[in-house]
Amino acid sequence: MNSLNLYTKMISMTIKSQMEYKMSFILMSFGHFLITFIEFIGMYALFLRFDQINGWTIYEVACFYGLVNTSFAIAEAVGRGFDVFHVHVRKGTFDRFLLRPRNITMQIISSEFQLMRIGRMLQGLLVLAWGLYHLETQLLLSDYMIIIYAMVCAVFFFVGLMVFQATLSFWSIESLEIMNAFTYGGVQTAQYPMDIYKEWFQKIFIFVIPIGSVTYFPLAAVLKGGSYSQGLVMPILGFVFFGVGLLAFRIGTRYYCSTGS
Amino acid sequence: MKGLIAIFKMRFGLILNYRMAAIAGLFTQLFFGFVMVMIYYAFYESSGSLSNSGDLPMTITQTVTYLWLAQGLLGLLPWNGDREIYTIIRNGDYVYELVRPLDMYNFWLYRILAQRIAATILRAIPLFLLALYVIPAELRMQGPESLPLFLMFSASMVTAVILGGAISNIITISILFTIGDGIERLLPAIVTIFSGMVIPLAFFPDWAQPILQFLPFSGLVDSPYKFYLGIYGPSELLTVLIHQVLWTLVLVLFGRWMLEKASRRVIVQGG
Repeated sequence: MNSLNLYTKMISMTIKSQMEYKMSFILMSFGHFLITFIEFIGMYALFLRFDQINGWTIYEVACFYGLVNTSFAIAEAVGRGFDVFHVHVRKGTFDRFLLRPRNITMQIISSEFQLMRIGRMLQGLLVLAWGLYHLETQLLLSDYMIIIYAMVCAVFFFVGLMVFQATLSFWSIESLEIMNAFTYGGVQTAQYPMDIYKEWFQKIFIFVIPIGSVTYFPLAAVLKGGSYSQGLVMPILGFVFFGVGLLAFRIGTRYYCSTGS
Repeated sequence: MKGLIAIFKMRFGLILNYRMAAIAGLFTQLFFGFVMVMIYYAFYESSGSLSNSGDLPMTITQTVTYLWLAQGLLGLLPWNGDREIYTIIRNGDYVYELVRPLDMYNFWLYRILAQRIAATILRAIPLFLLALYVIPAELRMQGPESLPLFLMFSASMVTAVILGGAISNIITISILFTIGDGIERLLPAIVTIFSGMVIPLAFFPDWAQPILQFLPFSGLVDSPYKFYLGIYGPSELLTVLIHQVLWTLVLVLFGRWMLEKASRRVIVQGG
């Protein structure tokens, strides 16, 4: 069986097991929907008081908000295996992964899949659709393509962050909370257009932790008539980030020292 | 009272052991503070309200200070129950709680209070020092308006923490009724938005203000902060304190009633 077949098989089994407790699944998803939706209520209330932020309307900012939340939710569902990877390091169960004659990344990705993240994804999509619907400019098919492209890049970026977090756990499992600043902090930051922030801060999120490049440039091209080539090139940094993450992870596995038993 | 002090000391010692986690948390909250402050700064700047706030409910300095206060004191927000008690309810060790010669409600209350206060002190002090003195001037937090106002802020924060404990206890006790995903999933959203943690309550539309002020959650964050910022003065102190204390009483009675009802239903499967 090739890796892709194996992946689909394992994920469908995980989903099946999560659907065994349907009521629990529905409540959890609804909980996720609600807890993330209050952020948008707050944002909406601010726009009632202020009208615009640096020339962006609520509908335009809603596109940023929707794009980043949808991508993050997909990444959380898909990359869950990396997110909880530190448990395997602490308990020493990572040994099992190393023994199996399969690609390690594939095994980790297919070990977990969190379906209940659909709550956040739905609210992200809803806000995105609402924002796009109310835009004054008529969007072309190519604009929609760019948005989907940015979304894919952003998913890779967020999974990349989780890979970095997993890598960190080879050295320390105590300070993993620091990654929250980048994951949840990245989401929080990218919910608004990058140009509202101070310059030094923008630079961090464009070049170091490139969620800004992934979401800002494509949407600036679509919404504000910014440069399309920039909108196409900059999100590649999301893939690069993911790639560097995998490389770091591979180096990390060499430092892995089993806890035994 | 003796029990409270003992539990408090134990919890504090426990949390002090996790210094790395505290530093990581400090970094995260500093980061979130920066993002939030810059967002509001941009809102004020692009509406030309930096020097004259016009008909906005708060000035930029007040808003920035509010946001830093909220980041520093985030740990006091009762957005969840007691994790360890969730576990003992699920694995059956809850029985030992029934055996203890202590009032269970108070015991749980002291535990959660000690936990929240200890964790918050550890993060808030360095965060406030940085926000007050180190970070770039325009994003900086301001000191309290005056000493009397600071004392009023402190007084209402004390009642706010106890009110928060009563809310946390209700979340914890609700675990005895549902299997983990009822109220426990719903309340965090409600507490976070209605307390003023998502955005300062004053920024919500005017028609919503009476409701927001009436609900218990405004007493957790928004009302105490208003003393620090000088929006409330001595004339509001009594109203705020009465609002907090009355809600605390109502919620404590409700929690006790729930706990008593739950304790009667408990079936222990073997041992």
